[in-house]
Amino acid sequence: MRSRIWSWIILLIGFIYFFLPLFATFEFSMRMLKGRYTFEAYRVAFTDPRFFKAFGFSLLWAVLTIIISLLLVVPTTYWVHLRLPRLRPTVEFITLMPFVVPAVVLVFGLIRVYGRYTFFVSVPILLIAGYVVLSLPYMFRAVDAGLRAIDVRTLTEAAQSLGAGWGTILFRVIFPNLRVAILSGVFLTFAIVMGEFTFAALLVWPAFGPYMEEIGAMRAYTPQALSVVSFLLTWGSIGVIQRIARGAPGQGQIAGAR
Amino acid sequence: MSRTISSDRLGTGEAPTAPPPSPKFNWAWLGVAPFFLFAILFLFLPSITIFFRSFEAPDGSFTIDNLIALFTVRDIINSYQASLSISVITALGGAVFGFLLAYAVVLGGLPAGIRSFMVTFSGVASNFAGVPLAFAFVATMGNAGLVTRWLESGMGFDIHEAGFTIYNIWGLSIVYMYFQFPLMVLIMAPALDGLRREWREACENLGGSTRHYWRYVAFPILMPTLLGTMILLFGNAFGAYATAYAFSGSFINLVTILIGAQIQGDVLFNPGLGNALALGMIVIMFLTMLGYVYMQRRAARWTR
Repeated sequence: MRSRIWSWIILLIGFIYFFLPLFATFEFSMRMLKGRYTFEAYRVAFTDPRFFKAFGFSLLWAVLTIIISLLLVVPTTYWVHLRLPRLRPTVEFITLMPFVVPAVVLVFGLIRVYGRYTFFVSVPILLIAGYVVLSLPYMFRAVDAGLRAIDVRTLTEAAQSLGAGWGTILFRVIFPNLRVAILSGVFLTFAIVMGEFTFAALLVWPAFGPYMEEIGAMRAYTPQALSVVSFLLTWGSIGVIQRIARGAPGQGQIAGAR
Repeated sequence: MSRTISSDRLGTGEAPTAPPPSPKFNWAWLGVAPFFLFAILFLFLPSITIFFRSFEAPDGSFTIDNLIALFTVRDIINSYQASLSISVITALGGAVFGFLLAYAVVLGGLPAGIRSFMVTFSGVASNFAGVPLAFAFVATMGNAGLVTRWLESGMGFDIHEAGFTIYNIWGLSIVYMYFQFPLMVLIMAPALDGLRREWREACENLGGSTRHYWRYVAFPILMPTLLGTMILLFGNAFGAYATAYAFSGSFINLVTILIGAQIQGDVLFNPGLGNALALGMIVIMFLTMLGYVYMQRRAARWTR
């Protein structure tokens, strides 16, 4: 009985810690006009044309990152499961590298290697590459778990005996069977890329993260409105993941947009 | 039964012959080539470059001065100290509080719905980091934050007069905790589920009390998971940049902040030193990773 009381107390502290900052942010964002609560800060935030530009850029880069990450991870993991099982620890190690090389260090290295070539500076290739690296750990984990749940060999042989080529096997057999696993990777990548700051700011690309930071240095109240928007994005993405993959592991992530 | 050849062979000690390894190139490797190419170009090449340039003097010659400087230059020592302290503080704090919360929702006798809600929320909170998180805490405990105002109007307590500031290591620790302890909850909740009823019963049958059970059975089993997650949290905080930058600008001199400044303009006035700074970070993170992998192996023993 006494232990249950302690459980409630700890839960209460947890609740306060979780929700007080969210409530405070929301309350703060409503205080733009003196003396009353309004959505003025949101109006200001949403009428800034730069908001849509930055948001649009981040959206575009998120989509590109997801596509490249999928094209890189799914065939590789599939192939490793099918033909090169001994390579699995190596591939897994590589996907965990963003934990060893934090974002800010990776940017530093990327600039040292590619910074002098105008091509790499004029096209957001380093940015996307950085985002793909960030997405590797959970994309791999999700796809790996998904592949383990299906019989890769039998599916492949069945498809082959029906005359399917590798492209058909990958896109019409493997991808559809991994839908749930892939979707959780996709939404997590989306949530991370949309608010990412480190890569975008240090590689100087006008993404949503640096935009938020800039507004934060310039104005009061509007940053908190953007913060609420960003939280809803995260909440939405994770909510979708939990709905499609009930209890699947890998929702907590490391080495993300810290 | 009629096939006696194999047993004859066994009798003579002759091994069944395997096909000789084919000297032919294994074309299956081509399937993973794009992935490895990507990893080499965008992960290993940058890391290796950092490694080699750490040994480069401004004039391009070989030197180990940069590595020595890591342990002698005041700013750099301070930055490592700040980063290490905040990582240790939030790893310990996150582990303790995360464990308690996980225990409360899994074994604490709370209504079942609370658990799934808490786990869902932990999933969101562990991903809510960076710039928006920093703003959230400015709104909470910044100069005009909600808690600050409550303390002022409700209790007549002015934190500024008391000389309190949130823009130091402790303030930033509170912010980091927001994404730290949910991760502990996410990892600990399934681990607590893995504690089998039989173990507790066995302990009770042997005359053990609840305290004995925790001291000699449950805790030793959970220890590797607990330590492993703490190491994970340590690394998680050590590599963080965006949250700290947006929260306090360059008030708090973390290693990541210093590296960021070094990228934007050579603040150390020595590119080689910047590389050494980054290398130091990779080394610490690598050791962290090794510790984590080791602990995870230990933890896996009990989950078979």
